[in-house]
Amino acid sequence: MSETMTHDTHHDEHPSGIKRWLFTTNHKDIGTLYLWFSFIMFMLGGAMALVIRAELFQPGMQIVDPNFFNMMTTLHGLIMVFGAIMPAFVGLANWQVPLMIGAPDMALPRMNNWSFWILPFAATMLVAPMFMGDNFMSGQGPAFGWTFYAPLSGQYDKLAFFVFAVHLLGFSSIMGSINIIATILNMRAPGMTLMKMPMFVWTWLITAFLLIAVMPVLAGAVTMLLTDKYFGTSFFDAAGGGDPVLFQHVFWFFGHPEVYIMILPAFGIISEIIPTFARKKLFGYASMVYAVASIAFLSFIVWAHHMFTVGMPVAGELYFMYATVMIAVPTAVKVFNWATTMWRGSMTFETPMLWAVGTVFLFTIGGFTGLMLGVAPADFQYHDTYFVVAHFHYVLVSGALFGIIAGVMYWLPKWTGNMYNEGLGKLHFWLTMIGMNLTFFPMHFTGLAGMPRRYSDYPLQFAEFNQISTIGAFIFGFSQLIMLYLIIKCIKGGEKATDEVWEGSHGLEWTLPSPAPYHSFDTAPEIK
Amino acid sequence: MSQQQDLRAANKRVVRKILLIVVGMFAFGYVALPQLYNLICDSFGLNGQAEQVSKAAAGEVKVDKSRTVTVAFSSIVNSRLPWGFEPQVKEIQLHPGELKKVNYIARNLSGSDVVGQAIYSVTPVEAARYFKKTECFCYTQQTLKSGESKDMPVLFMLEPDLPENIKTVTLSYTFFRADKYAKSN
Ligand code: HEM
Ligand SMILES: [Cu+2]
Repeated sequence: MSETMTHDTHHDEHPSGIKRWLFTTNHKDIGTLYLWFSFIMFMLGGAMALVIRAELFQPGMQIVDPNFFNMMTTLHGLIMVFGAIMPAFVGLANWQVPLMIGAPDMALPRMNNWSFWILPFAATMLVAPMFMGDNFMSGQGPAFGWTFYAPLSGQYDKLAFFVFAVHLLGFSSIMGSINIIATILNMRAPGMTLMKMPMFVWTWLITAFLLIAVMPVLAGAVTMLLTDKYFGTSFFDAAGGGDPVLFQHVFWFFGHPEVYIMILPAFGIISEIIPTFARKKLFGYASMVYAVASIAFLSFIVWAHHMFTVGMPVAGELYFMYATVMIAVPTAVKVFNWATTMWRGSMTFETPMLWAVGTVFLFTIGGFTGLMLGVAPADFQYHDTYFVVAHFHYVLVSGALFGIIAGVMYWLPKWTGNMYNEGLGKLHFWLTMIGMNLTFFPMHFTGLAGMPRRYSDYPLQFAEFNQISTIGAFIFGFSQLIMLYLIIKCIKGGEKATDEVWEGSHGLEWTLPSPAPYHSFDTAPEIK
Repeated sequence: MSQQQDLRAANKRVVRKILLIVVGMFAFGYVALPQLYNLICDSFGLNGQAEQVSKAAAGEVKVDKSRTVTVAFSSIVNSRLPWGFEPQVKEIQLHPGELKKVNYIARNLSGSDVVGQAIYSVTPVEAARYFKKTECFCYTQQTLKSGESKDMPVLFMLEPDLPENIKTVTLSYTFFRADKYAKSN
């Protein structure tokens, strides 16, 4: 992070060293903290994924105990969702929202510091029980799947750790969202009406509202588990008149909007990048805004498509089926608009554009498998198989994660003042692309053939596809070190970036010098 | 400066409104959703829940002698409950509208007194709303002394407008340990 002051020399005193990071209220510093935290969690969650894939390289038990395997699948999911993807988006919002709407900082800088510094504690609480066994293999981490269904999760000895970790994560997300909403609603530069906001800002505004609405429901779900175990309530315990199926309803009422929380900001990033490198305006801006809003609305009324097999009445299955496939309509609007934006554009394929186009392609595959899963009678075959695993990795890895990487590559020159190494960027993209598809595409086949998810062993017939997946996963995992190297190299130096950075760039952030000064937009820019 | 103050006031307003939503959604999740869930399950006869009716009301129903339906009985004991628990007969035949009584037998296999609670379900779920009980051991908690065994009766009938295509109905009980929730009665 550069500390050069270009146009503003007052209040430029800020502590240096560790104190700068502990006490900072600067949106750029906090954005940086979020992004590095997210990267560390990405590495941790990734290491867990490689343990899973290594165990599944061959049928039979080779490397870990079954309980340890279950801990890996559980923590991998939780860490990727709450530690990697969500904080990365909040980091991007911290950096970019003020720059893109012409605000000097976030609306509530001190709360901003809090919402970040809660996260390392939450992550520690989540992972700590793993180290509380007699030896490493008998650790007591959560091992009930990232969806922590009752009644299994209620039997977990260290439940309180888990529950309070989730509470802290919720506090962090809610505070982050309040900040983003207040910033967007109150601090836009004069003349920037809502319908002139950049798409990234729009998608984050809507995402923040989703978070506000559903993180408290998640807090409710874990609180029910907690009071069931320690305070004599019986929400989920049949013996006391409760019902475990209720847990699934509460969880997925949070869970489905949550998956859109993880994709909408990526949609926003893609909508910034594609016009830049197609050198055209985004096609159908207004319809993009309405599409995101309708996806957000629909996400509240489709949750039970995760529960088609619990024994719902036929009317329920039909309703949730139709509601679910309806989401494909606004989603398709977005995909068509991106394609139309590219149509007859003068396109170039610098690294951010490669990631953006890759995201559109692969996300669409995930959307299609989503449609297949949304068909209630078909889901009875697919449910809890690797087909579902393939589906959600196509939307989350090549949707959310690729979107994040696209955004980081796109804005990195603005943050550091230096261009990254284009060759390394392309190498990273292609290796990741190959690794990702090798890992997850075969899962469609193993899933359709009936291989259930979340088991540490499998019958011989699935061996070949699983070996391909494992090889792909290691290529994927280790290619991410290229990104680490690329980013560090770019921070240290490189070809100087211009203010516009990209030939076709548009928007307020590109009117600032590169690197963006520590304090920017102290006097608000005017939007025509 | 007054612009600064305006901004601060506006931010405070946003924070206050959102905190209201947060509290409201927590209450919705923790308090309202469970209530709503039970309400919906009860009023639509979901969850395989059969309704209790009075014996007098059941006696007035006309018996449909033209067809017979098989009712099968099953029993499950949760692993934490040290009881044996079985239906006396595996299945019976009856006419819709006919009131029948069957016994389950439970026995406490442990060395101490234990409170149990039985939870029932009816499959196929479409049959649940035609399944009426006048008496059932599942309506209250059951306490068995160490080594004690007890007959547990169920009195039930199937309503005559049970759909024609349903030929077999299964009544299933799972007995759970309920010491934690023991009511003093
Ligand atoms: C066209 C849009 C989509 C449709 C119709 C759809 C449909 C579905 C259905 C029906 C399931 C349940 C499958 C089962 O468990 O049997 C499912 C699972 C899942 N979906 Fe999607 N989906 C869509 C988009 C997305 C997106 C955009 C994301 C995230 C970015 C996502 C993330 C997930 C996840 C994480 C699961 C698995 C949850 C679990 O059981 O662990 N989906 N999807
Ligand atoms: Cu869903």
